[in-house]
Amino acid sequence: MSTPAAASARPPGFSGSPVRWLLGKIGGGMFVLWAVATAIFFGIRMIPGDPAEAIMGGPGSQASAQALAAARAQYGLDQPLYRQYFGQLWHLATGDLGTSYSLKTPVAQVLGELIPPTLTLAVLALLVAWAMALLLAVLSTRSGALGSALGSGLEIVSAAVPHFWLASVLIMVFSTMLGWLPPVSTNTPAGLVLPVITLALPLAGFLGQVMRDTLMEAQRSAFALSARARGESEVGVLLRHSLRHAALPAIALSGWAIGSLLSGAVVVESIFARPGLGRALLTAVTSRDIPMVTGVALISAAAYVVIMALSELAERLADPRIGAS
Amino acid sequence: MSIPGPILPTAGSPLAVQKPHARRRDPSVARWLAARLPLIVSAVVLLFFALAAIAPFLLAPVDPLAINPAQAFSAPGAGHLLGTDESGRDIYSRIIHGARPSLLIGAAATAVGLGLALVLGTIAGFGGRWLDFGVGRVLEVLFALPGLLLALVFIALAGPGVSTTVIAVGLTTAPGYARMIRAQIIALRTSPMVEAATVLGRSRTRILTIHILPNALAPLAVLATLGLGQAILWAASLSFLGLGAPPPAPEWGTMLSSGRTYLSLAWWMTFFPGLAIVLVAAAATVLSRSLKSADGR
Repeated sequence: MSTPAAASARPPGFSGSPVRWLLGKIGGGMFVLWAVATAIFFGIRMIPGDPAEAIMGGPGSQASAQALAAARAQYGLDQPLYRQYFGQLWHLATGDLGTSYSLKTPVAQVLGELIPPTLTLAVLALLVAWAMALLLAVLSTRSGALGSALGSGLEIVSAAVPHFWLASVLIMVFSTMLGWLPPVSTNTPAGLVLPVITLALPLAGFLGQVMRDTLMEAQRSAFALSARARGESEVGVLLRHSLRHAALPAIALSGWAIGSLLSGAVVVESIFARPGLGRALLTAVTSRDIPMVTGVALISAAAYVVIMALSELAERLADPRIGAS
Repeated sequence: MSIPGPILPTAGSPLAVQKPHARRRDPSVARWLAARLPLIVSAVVLLFFALAAIAPFLLAPVDPLAINPAQAFSAPGAGHLLGTDESGRDIYSRIIHGARPSLLIGAAATAVGLGLALVLGTIAGFGGRWLDFGVGRVLEVLFALPGLLLALVFIALAGPGVSTTVIAVGLTTAPGYARMIRAQIIALRTSPMVEAATVLGRSRTRILTIHILPNALAPLAVLATLGLGQAILWAASLSFLGLGAPPPAPEWGTMLSSGRTYLSLAWWMTFFPGLAIVLVAAAATVLSRSLKSADGR
């Protein structure tokens, strides 16, 4: 996983007309999706092992030669490579993600059922992480050097906490010892609390580090001084001037944050036995269900591309300096 | 007649400033120490685990694989400092012996990631417009599958195992580093130093190897320390998901994974290996932050 600092170092090139910008984004997004599909298609054929075996339930199933041949024919694996490749691209372009090797149902249908729970989890976690990071940043900048050091320490430690450990500790304390919350995530609000906190806390640590630095910089800046000179209260300066500044890097990191939430979802969904994209990807990886892997990869890549474009747009709205020249 | 005594500082005299200044020196030493306390603690933590990785037998009293069913699930206490697991193996010894595989996997993954990033970043930053464009697209694709997703897709293709984990984690960390290295190289390429070398008629290879790369490597040290903590986290996540080092091995992520089954029975099996990961990752972050501010000065 890249660090947030690395992810925010995006190349320049954020001027020009909105239409050109949008076309560029769409083109770039299509390229990314094509590249992901192509890399997986050729990657799976470069390594030893027969996809037909995965269809028949793995190497342990001891499927007969006829059964394997039938599976190959059914999934089009007996055709020449270029035909398979362009056939798959055509299917993907028309929205057909193929049939899952292990579930034998259309991938698009499976994913359609799995996207809402993961989306709920990720969006809630993002909101909670934002709130926690903001609260921590504001509290620690307002309480002097000690508060700032304490806040910084808290952020570094929470950013270093692995999801799987945090989840285990939370289950231990709140389910086993106190019995307040269920250890298995259901769709009830109580069942969402632990998974959301597990995902949000490390993210809040990362976001808080970045937000606090910008917030302190903004509080010391000339525009904050001039606002104070105009008679604005400290709270007013914070709310009306500095926070907007501190939000910028956090917005710029949303693409990265979504990515970190999605990969965190793999761990969190499997620990809390919650249906979702992450857990489906893990199952697909262990059973080498290539259409499912391709489907989840394409969905998350598409999500990333869209979020990146939206965050650029949001940055532009929050910061009039961008794109003004 | 009075003997002139020592000149007493009065409010107006310049000496008056001296005394509060001297008094202020003590708290400033304390503050100096307090400001570096996180760094000192981090250094101690990292040195402890480095020693554990190099010479585990110095720190761990018991064989990490020695089975003693009579003492299974012993709580932390006098006999076993951090308790025992389901086969009566000493958790403390397993954590100490687990330092080597865990740190090695993290370090190897960081090396893979930084190495790949150095190649991509140099090509993009120094290879001209078209190569820069091409590498930029490759990085965009890698960015679109963040963290575990890229690692999992890679494992789906190459199969699970320790070496796959190293490459997978390296691959996930590479694009971020590559972007930073590219920016660094572009900044250096337009620096007066390189301009002077160009005017003197130095070849491009010479400029790259003598002027640009050595200067791009210093920030790389900061990235490497920060990356080490993250790489250990990711590698442990993969082990936890059952895709890394196989179970009997005393690797932190694997230990956590097997402890999960007994969470309600023996919390120490999960808690302490995770604590080791948190300590190392946080210490690496603190170290890299202070390296960065030292580099900035």
